[in-house]
Amino acid sequence: MSDTQKQVLLEVKGLTMDFGGLRAVDSIDLTVSAGEIAALIGPNGAGKTTFFNCVTGIYTPTGGDVLLHPQGKPTRRVNGKKPNVITTLGMARTFQNIRLFSDMTVLENVMIGRHCRTNTGLVGAILRGAAARREEQETVEFGYHLLEQVGLAEFANEYSKNLPYGAMRRLEIARAMATEPFLLLLDEPAAGMNPQETDELDALICRIRDEGKIAILLIEHDMKLVMNISDNIHVMEYGKKIATGTPQEIKDNPKVIEAYLGEEADA
Amino acid sequence: MEYFIELFLSGLTRGSIYALIALGYTMVYGIIQLINFAHGEIYMIGAFVAYIVCGVLTIYGFHGVSILIIAGLLAIVYSCAYGYTLEKVAYRPLRGAPRLSPLISAIGMSIFLQNYVLLAQTPDFLPFPALIPDFAFMEPIAHIIGSAELVILVTTMVTMVMLTLLIKYTKIGKAMRATQQDMSMARLVGVNVDRVISTTFIIGSALAAIGGVLVASYIGQVNFYIGFLAGVKAFTAAVLGGIGSIPGAVIGGLVLGLTESFAAGYVSSDYEDVFAFGLLVLILIMRPAGILGKATKQKV
Repeated sequence: MSDTQKQVLLEVKGLTMDFGGLRAVDSIDLTVSAGEIAALIGPNGAGKTTFFNCVTGIYTPTGGDVLLHPQGKPTRRVNGKKPNVITTLGMARTFQNIRLFSDMTVLENVMIGRHCRTNTGLVGAILRGAAARREEQETVEFGYHLLEQVGLAEFANEYSKNLPYGAMRRLEIARAMATEPFLLLLDEPAAGMNPQETDELDALICRIRDEGKIAILLIEHDMKLVMNISDNIHVMEYGKKIATGTPQEIKDNPKVIEAYLGEEADA
Repeated sequence: MEYFIELFLSGLTRGSIYALIALGYTMVYGIIQLINFAHGEIYMIGAFVAYIVCGVLTIYGFHGVSILIIAGLLAIVYSCAYGYTLEKVAYRPLRGAPRLSPLISAIGMSIFLQNYVLLAQTPDFLPFPALIPDFAFMEPIAHIIGSAELVILVTTMVTMVMLTLLIKYTKIGKAMRATQQDMSMARLVGVNVDRVISTTFIIGSALAAIGGVLVASYIGQVNFYIGFLAGVKAFTAAVLGGIGSIPGAVIGGLVLGLTESFAAGYVSSDYEDVFAFGLLVLILIMRPAGILGKATKQKV
C-alpha cells in the first residue's frame, strides 16, 4: 500500500478486559490505518469478539486506551463512551449473529443507520416542515443508493426477516455503512456463507474499501477470505496478541501454526 | 335496535379513551419492558391542569371551545413535562437494574404523585365545567350519541391515526421501532436510545393528557384518585390487546369499552366490571400474550 495515506484511524493501546478473575483481553495493541483491510484471527474463545465489544462501547474496558483519529478532526478517546456516540464519531460494526431489525423493511433498516446524520426531532416530525420532508427524502434516496451497492435494491420493501441468509449479511453491512463510518468493524461476515457467497463478500469488502474509502477491521475464520483481502493480520490466542504481519508472514509464523494446530509432534 | 346502537356508540367512546391511555402503557412496555404504573397519574395531572386553567380563563371571560383548546394544550405541555421528568428521575437511574426495581419505583411514583396532588390541591371532588357545547346539528340524534361523545370519538381517532403515521413514517418512529426490537443494536447504528425513551414517555403523556381533559369534561369532575381507576382500566386494555403492541392497545381498549357498555346496558351497571375482567381472564386463558401479542421467546 502507498505510504502517502497511512494515516492511523484507530489506535488501541494496552487494551485489557477482565471478567471477574478472567482476563479475556490482555493488553492488546492494534492500529488500523486509512485504506487498510485488517483482520483479527485466532482460535475460538481467544477474545476477538470481546475486543470488538470493548472498542465499540458495549463493554467498558478495564484498562488501556481506544483512540479514534477521524481525518481532519481531533483525536477522541472513546473508552466507556456509549455505542451511539462512538457510531456518530465514525466507527460502525456488525455482529457474528444476525441482528437486523427483523420487523422492519430492508430500506427502513438502512434508513435507521443514516438517521444519526440527520437533524429532525419530534416536533419537526409532527409538523413535517419542508426541511424535515427534504431530509427524509434524502435519507430514502441515500438508502436506495446503498442497497444498490450491496445488490439489495430489489428487496427494498421486503421485511428483512424474509431475506435469504446471504442477503441478510449484506444488509447488515449496508446498515452499518449507512452511518457513514470511516472505519467498519465486521465480526465474522462470512459465517455460514457458501463458497460463492463468500466470494461475493470478498469483492464487496474490497469495494467498500476502494470506493467508500472506508477502512475495515474484520474477525473471520475463513482463512481463504482473510488471506485474500487483508493487508495486515493480527492473531490472538488466550486474550493475548501473538503475531502481527502480512498474510505471508502470518502463514509462515510458527507461533500461529502452533496456536491453530497444536505443537508439532516429535516424529 | 336504537338502544343497541346507543350502547355501541357509548362503548366505543369509553373504549377509545381506554385505548388512548393504554397506548402510553404499551409504548413504554414495548421499549423498556416496564409497566409504568404512574401513567394513570399523568392522566390525572392533565385533567387537573385543565381544571385550573379553566378556572383562570373563565375569570378572564373566555368560554366554551376556546377554553377547551387552551386548557387542552396546556394540559398536554404539563403532562409531557411530568412524563419526561418521571422517566429521568425514577426510571433512567435504574436502567441496568433487574426488572422488579423500576416496577417498584413506578408504584412509588404513582403513590407520590397522587398524594402530591392530594396535598397541593384537595381531597374533594371538584366540578369540572362541561367544555364541549351541544352542537345544533347533533339535535336529531342527541338521544343516541351526545356532542361530547362525538368530540371524544373524533379526537381520539384522529390522535391514534396521527400516532400510527408518526410511528410508521417518521425518523423518530423508526428509531422507536428499532429500539423496541433490539436496544443495543439500535445504539450501534447510532440511535440515541435515551432520547428515544424520553420521547416515548413524552408522546404517551400527551395522549394521557388528551384523555384526561376529555373525560373530565365529559364526566364533570376531577379528583386526585381518578388516575388510579383510569390507569387500571387502561392497563387491562393494554394486556387484553397484547402489551407492547400498538394496534393491540387500540383493539383492547375498544373491546373493553364495548363489553362494559353492553354489560351495563343489558345486565346491570353493577356488573360491568365483572364482565370486563371476566373477558380479560377468558382471553388470557386462550391467548396468554393478548389478542395481538406475540408469544416472546425468553432470550438466554
